[in-house]
Amino acid sequence: MMDRTDIIRYLQSYDGPEVSIMEVCGSHTGAISKSGIPSLLSDKIHLISGPGCPVCVTPSSYVDRLIELSMRKDTCVVTFGDMLRIPGSTVSLAQAKGQGAHVEMVYSPFDILKLAAKAPQTTFVFAAVGFETTMPVYALLMQTLEQESVSNVKLLTALKTMPPVIDTLCAQQAKIDGFLAPGHVAVVTGYKVFDPLAQTYKIPFGVAGFQASQILVALYGILHAYHQPKVMNFYPEVVTEAGNEKAQELIDRYFEPVDAVWRGMGIICGSGRQLRNQYSAFDAGSANLNEDHKMNQKCCCDKVLTGKMRPYQCPLYGKACTPLQPQGACMVSEEGNCHSYFINQRNDR
Amino acid sequence: MCVALPGKVQKVFGQKALVDFNGNQVEARTGLVDVKTGDYVLVHAGCILQKMNEIEAEQMTELFSQLEAFR
Ligand code: SF4
Repeated sequence: MMDRTDIIRYLQSYDGPEVSIMEVCGSHTGAISKSGIPSLLSDKIHLISGPGCPVCVTPSSYVDRLIELSMRKDTCVVTFGDMLRIPGSTVSLAQAKGQGAHVEMVYSPFDILKLAAKAPQTTFVFAAVGFETTMPVYALLMQTLEQESVSNVKLLTALKTMPPVIDTLCAQQAKIDGFLAPGHVAVVTGYKVFDPLAQTYKIPFGVAGFQASQILVALYGILHAYHQPKVMNFYPEVVTEAGNEKAQELIDRYFEPVDAVWRGMGIICGSGRQLRNQYSAFDAGSANLNEDHKMNQKCCCDKVLTGKMRPYQCPLYGKACTPLQPQGACMVSEEGNCHSYFINQRNDR
Repeated sequence: MCVALPGKVQKVFGQKALVDFNGNQVEARTGLVDVKTGDYVLVHAGCILQKMNEIEAEQMTELFSQLEAFR
């Protein structure tokens, strides 16, 4: 039976056609950069990072709206830490906080319940950003708000789904030969969600976990299925074909598809989710936050997020733009492509 | 943001469970999966997202032999 050494040896000595494999998930980008996987691969295997950091693809008008809400006397914005430093069109939420905005950082969306119970006169708005992985958490929160008749909690949503953006990337760009598919998205959706894409573009998808060994196995599988329409599950501990159906039902109950703007990529049809009409009382004004201003005109996040450019090819990378002084969203979040390359000094082609 | 961690359910109470991550005990919501004490689960943003299947040695062997067939 083959083991990890065989796999690494194969990936090192691979001498077939040049292949580009995209990892869509920001957590994969982080794991790949940190573990030094690129240095283990033959020069013919290129790993490209995609648009899989939810805060990085959130347009500036969404951040602006959060800031506007947080400045209101009777409103408090509640968010994951990642969101705080993402630039809006002028400032970030963290900078606004310095100017007196009401912002609370939490570990789970459910922490908002305690805050809301303590201050019934204040409206608490959760910055509901995320992909399929996080959507069921917001759906479950919605169910709790309903069951417990909580009236001072709302969501500002910027929810996005993976298949439409992968579809857009494949349609725009011929040179992606396979995908390292996001494992924790697939936990919710099931790996079947990638089937239509594999069929349309005749490429393999390898669903992977986040340890280096899991990623290596998946890369090996993807390489071997070169140009075959195949979805392979390399994360069977938690990923099944159908996914978490209870979570899917709950998402459907509260959210419906909507066209959504991806920072740097424009509107992608049906790629977002918003609260259904009957739940609009829980919505803090999420519709039409479509504008996307760059804070620094030279920022190349759009090209970096679509795999057309490596982070270090941006003229600002490591100069005007560093994690301490980010010029674009990709340098802010720990899962951002530029951040991940920078802190790991990654320079593979 | 899609980070999720595996832990072990220590006890279930109402719509929550106490989950142990290498000695750190954290509360997580159970509404997306039915769980019981002793289950290994994947937790994301304070919510149990899925139960972990025990991957039998056989299953891993099968996965690897599938890969081997490619060579
Ligand atoms: S290095 Fe900075 S400025 Fe350049 S693309 Fe990345 S985030 Fe934008």
